[in-house]
Amino acid sequence: METILLFAPLVGAVICGFGHKIIGEKAAMWTATGLLFLTALLSWITFLTFGGKTEVIEIFRWIESGSLSTSWAIRLDRLTAIMLIVISTVSALVHLYSFGYMDHDPQWKEGESYKPRFFAYLSFFTFAMLMLVTSDNLVQMFFGWEGVGVASYLLIGFYYRKPSAGAAAMKAFIVNRVGDFGFALGIFGLFLLTDSINLSDIFAATPQLAETTISFLWTDWNAANLLAFLLFVGAMGKSAQLFLHTWLPDAMEGPTPVSALIHAATMVTAGVFLVCRMSPLMEVAPEATAFITIIGATTAFFAATVGLVQTDIKRVIAYSTCSQLGYMFVAAGVGMYSAAMFHLFTHAFFKAMLFLGAGSVIHAMHHEQDMMNYGGLRKKIPYTFAAMMIGTLAITGVGIPLTQIGFAGFLSKDAIIESAYAGGSMYGFWMLVIAAAMTSFYSWRLIFLTFYGKPRGDKHTHDHAHESPMVMLIPLGVLALGAVFSGMLWYGSFFGHADKVGKFYGIPVAEASAGDHASDHGGDHGATDADGHGDGGHTGDAVVADTGHGDDTGHATDHAEAGDHHYVFAGAPGEGALYMAPDNHVLDDAHATHWLVKTAPFFAMLFGLVLAVLFYIVNPELPKRLAQQQRPLYLFLKNKWYFDELYNAVFVKPALAIGKFLWKKGDGNAIDGFLNWLALGVVPFFTRLAGRAQSGYIFTYAFYMVLGIAALVTWMSIGGGSH
Amino acid sequence: MQADLSVILPEIVLAIYVMVALIGAVYTSKDKLAPLLVWVTAALMAVLGIWIGTSGSGSTEAFGGMIVDDAFSRFAKVAILLSAAAVMVMGQDYMSKRGMLRFEYPLLVALSTIGMMVMVSAGDLMALYMGLELQSLALYVVASLRRDSAKSTEAGLKYFVLGALSSGLLLYGASLVYGFAGTTLFSGIIEVAQHGHVTIGLLFGIVFLISGLAFKVSAVPFHMWTPDVYEGAPTPVTAFFASAPKVAAMGLFARVMHDAFGHAVQDWSQIVALLALLSMFLGAVAAIGQTDIKRLMAYSSIAHMGYALIGLAAGTELGIQALLIYMSIYVAMNIGTFAFIMMLHRDGKPVTDIRALNQYAKREPGRALGMLVLLFSLAGVPPMLGFFGKFFVLRAAVEADMAWLAIAGVIASVIGAYYYLRIVFFMYFGSEGVEVETSRSPVLLAFFSAGAALMLIGVISTFGLEGAASAAAAMLVH
Repeated sequence: METILLFAPLVGAVICGFGHKIIGEKAAMWTATGLLFLTALLSWITFLTFGGKTEVIEIFRWIESGSLSTSWAIRLDRLTAIMLIVISTVSALVHLYSFGYMDHDPQWKEGESYKPRFFAYLSFFTFAMLMLVTSDNLVQMFFGWEGVGVASYLLIGFYYRKPSAGAAAMKAFIVNRVGDFGFALGIFGLFLLTDSINLSDIFAATPQLAETTISFLWTDWNAANLLAFLLFVGAMGKSAQLFLHTWLPDAMEGPTPVSALIHAATMVTAGVFLVCRMSPLMEVAPEATAFITIIGATTAFFAATVGLVQTDIKRVIAYSTCSQLGYMFVAAGVGMYSAAMFHLFTHAFFKAMLFLGAGSVIHAMHHEQDMMNYGGLRKKIPYTFAAMMIGTLAITGVGIPLTQIGFAGFLSKDAIIESAYAGGSMYGFWMLVIAAAMTSFYSWRLIFLTFYGKPRGDKHTHDHAHESPMVMLIPLGVLALGAVFSGMLWYGSFFGHADKVGKFYGIPVAEASAGDHASDHGGDHGATDADGHGDGGHTGDAVVADTGHGDDTGHATDHAEAGDHHYVFAGAPGEGALYMAPDNHVLDDAHATHWLVKTAPFFAMLFGLVLAVLFYIVNPELPKRLAQQQRPLYLFLKNKWYFDELYNAVFVKPALAIGKFLWKKGDGNAIDGFLNWLALGVVPFFTRLAGRAQSGYIFTYAFYMVLGIAALVTWMSIGGGSH
Repeated sequence: MQADLSVILPEIVLAIYVMVALIGAVYTSKDKLAPLLVWVTAALMAVLGIWIGTSGSGSTEAFGGMIVDDAFSRFAKVAILLSAAAVMVMGQDYMSKRGMLRFEYPLLVALSTIGMMVMVSAGDLMALYMGLELQSLALYVVASLRRDSAKSTEAGLKYFVLGALSSGLLLYGASLVYGFAGTTLFSGIIEVAQHGHVTIGLLFGIVFLISGLAFKVSAVPFHMWTPDVYEGAPTPVTAFFASAPKVAAMGLFARVMHDAFGHAVQDWSQIVALLALLSMFLGAVAAIGQTDIKRLMAYSSIAHMGYALIGLAAGTELGIQALLIYMSIYVAMNIGTFAFIMMLHRDGKPVTDIRALNQYAKREPGRALGMLVLLFSLAGVPPMLGFFGKFFVLRAAVEADMAWLAIAGVIASVIGAYYYLRIVFFMYFGSEGVEVETSRSPVLLAFFSAGAALMLIGVISTFGLEGAASAAAAMLVH
């Protein structure tokens, strides 16, 4: 089943891409879409029936070279299963949506065939992404990693007649190169130190890695920290984290379904997935994870500030994505990988829906993307409005504080913010809370500018605004379900008590301090049991040593229902889908945080909402006045903190200058010049010389022979065998 | 005595045939008999070649060691006989059309072939000289076969005078070697010429011997006769010069150096390396200025001899194997190329100007393609067979710690590629010019296509060439 699931999109891509001339455009597109729905169905079956124990399904032997021995295999664990449903569901829906969205694209003339190509790329992307998340070794993962990069490049530049699309595609590809370089170095390093690229071997070797030092560049590093950092550089590129984020907003040049699939729900979360996948390594790399937290928090803050002032509807959502990815990294950085995955999971639904909703608006408005030309659309496109509303409620985190009832984003985002606080990263906590307020502001701003107020811009366009066809609305509806319920349904599994989370991920849990401490603590884990956790961790180790983990889990579950025991994660690295070191008790601490911490994001959301209402409903003149008063700040944000300009000055211009120098001077003058001098000057000179020597006179010839022998004899008598 | 004679039985058979045919033709219809003689001689040589190739085994000495019959000599003899037969058959049509086909021609070729056979199986300086002179005297005559052409007689005369000079050098070297070694037998000389104990006199002897032999393989600076003789001689004769005698001379060169001076490789390999280096570069550079395809082929053959000499300079078994493989491939390429050259004519007159090939591919796409393959092979472009020949010698050089020579060889082949590719350029992209006609002779076409096809087929299978060359090399190098 897993194999079918994995290869169906590839088959679809091949049939659709190469066979559409034979079977017809419509049939090709339906084939690709049908196979994707099959994949989605199988993914859900896999996810729901998955038992928790890691399975490795070998497909074929792949590389045998020296000590490098690798299979092409599927590593099926909870992490993979989560990614499978995220990818296949969103992808299937995006395929369906594209039937409506890509119909009659103004970029193409009547009769030109472009749709099968689009569907083939989408399917190919899905295959590569599945390859990435199912891989059980790093090279296979890298293959998928690069595969999605290629697909992303092709799809961003899908409108190849637009120069800006081509430039954006190149930018995405080149910026990702930087990250991939780090990732590749990380793989090399892991192979160097563990002599394997298989995840199981690497996980098993992480305790040794933590003790190893490695010499790299100018100094010695702790191996675990260095490798975790290098892998994270790869993740930064793919997930558009600060410094390597510049490609993501530009990637919005691609068709909107692409933005929804690749640049919101799946590919950009690959970095988060990588960090979670490598959790055994991250657990022993404290400095690297601290760095991850800081980058994540800063990105969340930075992207949110930029999102405040953008007017292109897709760019707002793009920055929002960037910011939400920052949230996930903060969670992963403080060691709460499950919360990161939780947000990844819920975010995929509501962000894909926001993008598809935006696509529906754009479709309705004849490819107008500037929100300043929208307004008052809620009557014209009611279903789209409803979907966007649900998406906004989800992303801003609407729910009932201190309960587990709320939209998906409410639960997952709060989980992250609590984790950040519990993980001891005050910087992360405050950045995320502020970003939450800004998220709320820009999301509501988007809603208000688009659907409320008076119509602005071209009157003709507004008159002809129309609701999208059913193929576009159905995906919105399905995703809306996810945006509303996915948080509530899986809260326990992702962020419940340790025993539930452990069961979900197949992580062995141990009952901590069963004898002496448990009764004291009861269900109340206050800030006072800091030392108790330490003990609990150690005891947990001992327990695992005695009992098999299957039994253990069952045992733990029984007790969880009683609700008075305290569990900690245990087991060896790589035993479960995630690994949390015995001293990692962020989950418990997060549950035990003060109520003010737990409600902080809610109040931040309210603050943002109120501000947005004030700015865009009550007094629409206010934003303009503020922008004039705070002009430098406004321009700073409007120009995305001048990152593009900075990179242009620091990297692009010098690179072009060097390239030009090497081309004109190096290649043109030096190499070409040298070769031309040789071929047109030196060789013909000797040719003429040889021709002149060939005088035709026999005495000349004899003379040369005698000269030759004289020279040889002289040479031999001076330097040769004379002794 | 009987045993001795049985060793040189093929030579005796060929010699008796030549004498009988000579007298027979003189007393019967003379030149009218020539076409028949060509075929019979060629057939006899081919049969002898196959006989030698299949029958002989092991290593036998005759006449007290003056003649040696071993795997090396058999390899060379087969190559000599087959190529001589092929070239003779190829040129028959060309010569008879132009009234050049005298009955002496096949017989002179056969005589020189006997000389070559003696050369490659020589085990003594005397036998060496005997074979060399027999070969050369016959060649002097065929070079000036067109007595009425000034160019042809000039070519013959130049070849003769310079050949005499080189013979003098060789003899002088031989007498020095004899004087310092006390024997003319190779097996005796090798005892004396141990590395580290080579006296200056013996060293001078070696240098003079090498000079004489270098003249025969037309290595720089003893190459000057080659372009003039190639150009002046009738094309079939040129083709002959460029094939069998080169194999024989190279075989003799290898035999002397290894059989007689095999224990003093370090003493002579640098001289040979220098000759190789100069030949490769001069061949490549000087050919660029040529517009006459025969002269061009002369320089091409100088360059190719340079590459073959790399194998000798390496001084190893692998080097000799590479040399033999190189020579075999070279002969095959040359036969194909000269078959093409002989096909070209305009109004019944042979055409040798390469500019006549402008736009040739439009009129004769098949032949142009065949010529392209041959030229690419001559230039050493993979995957043609010529590339592998070069590859073998370069590898031998590298493994003998003469990487500098291999690098030089590569550079020279880059320069040399220019003039081969220029012909391809003329054929495919040249400007419109005076057209050239192509003869429809089936024999020429057969040799031409076979040569071209071999350059491609040979990549897949060389028909046991490597194994035979390896056995021959093992026999020679001690």
